[in-house]
Amino acid sequence: MKKILLVVAVVVVYILHQDIWFWRSSYLVFGFIPIGLFYQGCFSVVAALLMWLLVTYAWPSHLEEEVERANPGEDEAR
Amino acid sequence: MIPAIVVFLYLAAVLYIGIFAFRRARGREEAEDYFLASRSLGPFVFLFSLFGTNMTAFAILGSSGHAFSNGIVTFGLMASSSGLVIPLTIFLIGTRVWALGKKYGFMTPVQMFRDRWECTHIGTVIFVVQAVLLVPYIIIGIMGGGTTLNTISGDFVPYWFGGAIVAMVVMSYVFFGGMRGTAWVNTFQTVLFLCFGAIALIVIGVGMGGFRSAAQGLQASPLSSLLTRERISPYYFFSYTFIPLSAIAFPHILIFCLTARKMSQFKKTVIFYPLCILAIWLPCVFLGVMANRVTDIPEIRQKQEARRVLATQGRNMAPEQRDELREQSGGDDVIMILLKRYAPLWLAGLLGAGIMAAVMASDSQILALSTMFTEDVFAFYGGKTRFGESVQVQTGRIFIILITLFAYAVALRAPETIFELAIQYAFSGYAALSPLLVAALFWRGSTKWGALAVTVWTALAVVAVAIFQAIVPAPAPGPATVLWAPGGVEVLSRTPGGTAVFGFMPVVPMVLISALLMIVVSLMTRKPAAATVEKYF
Repeated sequence: MKKILLVVAVVVVYILHQDIWFWRSSYLVFGFIPIGLFYQGCFSVVAALLMWLLVTYAWPSHLEEEVERANPGEDEAR
Repeated sequence: MIPAIVVFLYLAAVLYIGIFAFRRARGREEAEDYFLASRSLGPFVFLFSLFGTNMTAFAILGSSGHAFSNGIVTFGLMASSSGLVIPLTIFLIGTRVWALGKKYGFMTPVQMFRDRWECTHIGTVIFVVQAVLLVPYIIIGIMGGGTTLNTISGDFVPYWFGGAIVAMVVMSYVFFGGMRGTAWVNTFQTVLFLCFGAIALIVIGVGMGGFRSAAQGLQASPLSSLLTRERISPYYFFSYTFIPLSAIAFPHILIFCLTARKMSQFKKTVIFYPLCILAIWLPCVFLGVMANRVTDIPEIRQKQEARRVLATQGRNMAPEQRDELREQSGGDDVIMILLKRYAPLWLAGLLGAGIMAAVMASDSQILALSTMFTEDVFAFYGGKTRFGESVQVQTGRIFIILITLFAYAVALRAPETIFELAIQYAFSGYAALSPLLVAALFWRGSTKWGALAVTVWTALAVVAVAIFQAIVPAPAPGPATVLWAPGGVEVLSRTPGGTAVFGFMPVVPMVLISALLMIVVSLMTRKPAAATVEKYF
């Protein structure tokens, strides 16, 4: 269920990137940032939050465990 | 002259970092240490060097130039889409490649493909296509270095000499420092660019009398469409989200993924990547758009005039005249022009050094090509067994000298626009190669013949698009020239900026057909042995 929700979140964020709703608006947020640019800047922050969700709830830790099993004691050797 | 001196000091600092990395590794003539820094990079260096590797001259100078001509759409088109797709691919693919590299000792993508699909010469074909698509980056890096030094010094340093200095510096720290030196230099460069990008924004903003008046002036002018995304079609905008798929398929990025000490170091990179993109690209795009209000600078007025003539009279001109006007209206140097106009000399030097940092991102490509040559060709065809690992590292160093000299020689003779175009093709080409990684890591049923089909298709498609755009001249700004429209459906068109297939950029059909070929050909051919497949799943 968790994975399905994360996949849905990725798809929703991808769709949000298309941003057709501000396509022709030249409105200036705070009097100087065009709304289309402001939206995409906020989108970058949302993308970072999405990445945090993925890293927190879908981190492939089994890969790291496999590597540790394959190369035991490697860190101590460094 | 003062800015040029500051830039030279910066180049000396970069050179020292490379030599320091060499001294740190003294005595270790092992391929894994030289080419992958012994897979030991820490989280901070890993994040900034991986990010810095992606920040090329094309990304920084090209973004403000594109925004100058097309408006704010540049950020959504090139930056925020990368901020979503690139960390996602690092999360899904980079971590898996890292783990496989640690377990089985892979140092290049081709080594992994050869093992995964039990193939030999097909791996060599993939190597050749990857290498050919990577070379234009190295050439454009040297060209960018020559042009930047020439501009910063006010023509005091000629283009050929500037290019030679940049080539020498990059070659030296890659030669001596290998991956460790390259990663440290990239980290230094990224931090420098992040700091000075913010300073540039403030200095130019103050110089222009505040962004509020500039933005409102632009809003009230005939150029107000630059504050919207009207100049780009939604199809084109959607197509562009396929381009960042190229990042993980670039050998230098994938090889970088092998350098992390622990997999947990990917976490910070994945989370902070969109924010780093935001911090660097937003100021570049915003300044590129606002440059349109700086009409007291003759160079900017000339560019706007060329753009106006192209838009109003371009339809009646010869293709050569249109190309000339396109070149005149290009805005790749607007950031440099704004700095010269508004920043004090010493600060212009520091900011020039920041731009230089982005221009010099070709170091990773040079090292990646050297790693690929020594591992995928020299070692694979018996060189390592016959001559030993020390000779392999020396071969890699000699290769670095040869490829840099070749790139410099080409940079002196060929026009820059050719390689700018080649890079555009390379982005699409690498995006079309991305199904190789997805299939190798996520689909048990994929085969070497599917991989070959993807590689050959990518090479043919890149060549076909290049030939098409060379034969059919770009139309003036406005409607595209429709070349093939069976039953009224516009299948193939030549647009002012490139080619459209069903209204989409060529990268969309290239990636989709690649994926389809991988599926169909793999289903029809024999799978690798079960024991081999089990290593990956």
